[in-house]
Amino acid sequence: MYEFLKNLDRRWIFLLILLAVAIPILGEWQFPEKPSPMVQSVFDAIENLPAGSDIWMAYDYDPGSQGELHPMALAFTRQCAFKRHKMYFMTLWPQGPPMIQKNIELLIKEFPDLEYGVDYVNLGYRPGYEGPIKLAVIDLRKTIAADVDGKSLDDLPMTRDFKNIQEVDLIVNVSAGYPGTKEWVLYASTSYNIPTVAGCTGVQAPYLYPYVPQQLDGLLGAIKGAAEYEFLLLEAYPSLRENPKAQEALRRMGPQLLAHLVLIGLIVAGNVIYFVGRSRGDV
Amino acid sequence: MKRTVPMVIAAVTGFVLIVSYFIPLTEEWGSIAMQWFNVLAAIAFVLGGSNLMRMNLQKISDRRPGWGYAAVTLIAFLVTLCVGLLKVGVQPTESFPTNAWAAPYNQEGSFLWWLYEYMYKPLQATMFALLAFFIASAAFRAFRAKNPESIALLATAFIVLMGRTYVGGLMRDVLPASLEWLSFDSMTNYIMSVFNLAGMRAITIGIALGVASTSLKVLLGVDRSYLGAGDE
Repeated sequence: MYEFLKNLDRRWIFLLILLAVAIPILGEWQFPEKPSPMVQSVFDAIENLPAGSDIWMAYDYDPGSQGELHPMALAFTRQCAFKRHKMYFMTLWPQGPPMIQKNIELLIKEFPDLEYGVDYVNLGYRPGYEGPIKLAVIDLRKTIAADVDGKSLDDLPMTRDFKNIQEVDLIVNVSAGYPGTKEWVLYASTSYNIPTVAGCTGVQAPYLYPYVPQQLDGLLGAIKGAAEYEFLLLEAYPSLRENPKAQEALRRMGPQLLAHLVLIGLIVAGNVIYFVGRSRGDV
Repeated sequence: MKRTVPMVIAAVTGFVLIVSYFIPLTEEWGSIAMQWFNVLAAIAFVLGGSNLMRMNLQKISDRRPGWGYAAVTLIAFLVTLCVGLLKVGVQPTESFPTNAWAAPYNQEGSFLWWLYEYMYKPLQATMFALLAFFIASAAFRAFRAKNPESIALLATAFIVLMGRTYVGGLMRDVLPASLEWLSFDSMTNYIMSVFNLAGMRAITIGIALGVASTSLKVLLGVDRSYLGAGDE
């Protein structure tokens, strides 16, 4: 057994991980979540705003991080739509526009009573990393003069009198790296005291914790944060229980549980081999 | 001259941005500088594209090892660029029923949309998904309790891995209220908001001080390494 584990072909490990991910997906495992105080504060930041508040939806991620971040972005959009908040979508990532488009499609399909240009607007992508943030907080039209389809902001009811990001009630940022949450915190929320909440990938979360609660009202960390958020959303809006697409993050907690257990098992097995090998003088 | 002009531009722009942050009257100057920056950032895409062409063409022409990959990169780049610029497969919209060119380049059903949805997206998702397999293999082979530091790391990893799953919160239902802090999710929250937070704050402040001093050296012309090693 020791010899087998010591010389274990890594393809066995790959197979184990494959099974750990596939079984819960195929078995449709789903668990109830216990939202952490951090997730609750993100939820409350949007929920406690009066209906019709202005929300800046900064979605800075790409297909690579879609698996981790897309469910939370959709959850943010759903909650804002339920609360009838005005949504201004924008991305600083060149691969971001299709991610925003998915959110727009959600609004068209699930909230047909909301009207483009009145309740939400897609401002698309702007190059220049943090540059567009610095301009948009002072004068939006200096960096964005038209929506994603080229329609002038002066022709859209919700942007006609909109001067800059300082007018919004909340910034919601979903970020997979640079430019992302840190840049929104540095150049918008901190400089102009704009309340901000964010969602980020697992590797980013430790770097962003220092900004909570002074600069960020709350932070969703990876798919676990998104699952807890979806759980809160289902509690607040039970009609979503009929919508399996509103439970994407919850569905992904099954594979996460089994994969983490496999990982722990592998670490333990690796250490057992190490100590047995050391006692035998192999190491 | 080749180094002095860029150095002056960098210094003037840098100081304008600093001044505009602290003096509201000069806020407009900062806006103008940032507008220029955004225009240059957009032009940088053209420079980046031409550089990509040059590097890969050179690699193919020299038949350097891996030149086949360079050819694939070039073909993918040119095909994506052409179908995007020429709006291949884009249909007229309600707003412009007679002119397909007025429709968005990434319209659903267009060739660029197809490339994004069925090539770029699955490839990127696959690359990131592969990480899980390699992390598992690396954890099995390299994560060893060799000394007290690695034991602490292992213990933390175990708690956080469990705390980020459904099982992490299960213990809260079993344990009495006074011992709830022993549940994996409570311990994970504690680790993240105390140990991690303290460490990250120190690192962030250290980085900020380093960035401030380096920026000052660049603005004052003391550090000229960003200009490259060209002639004066």
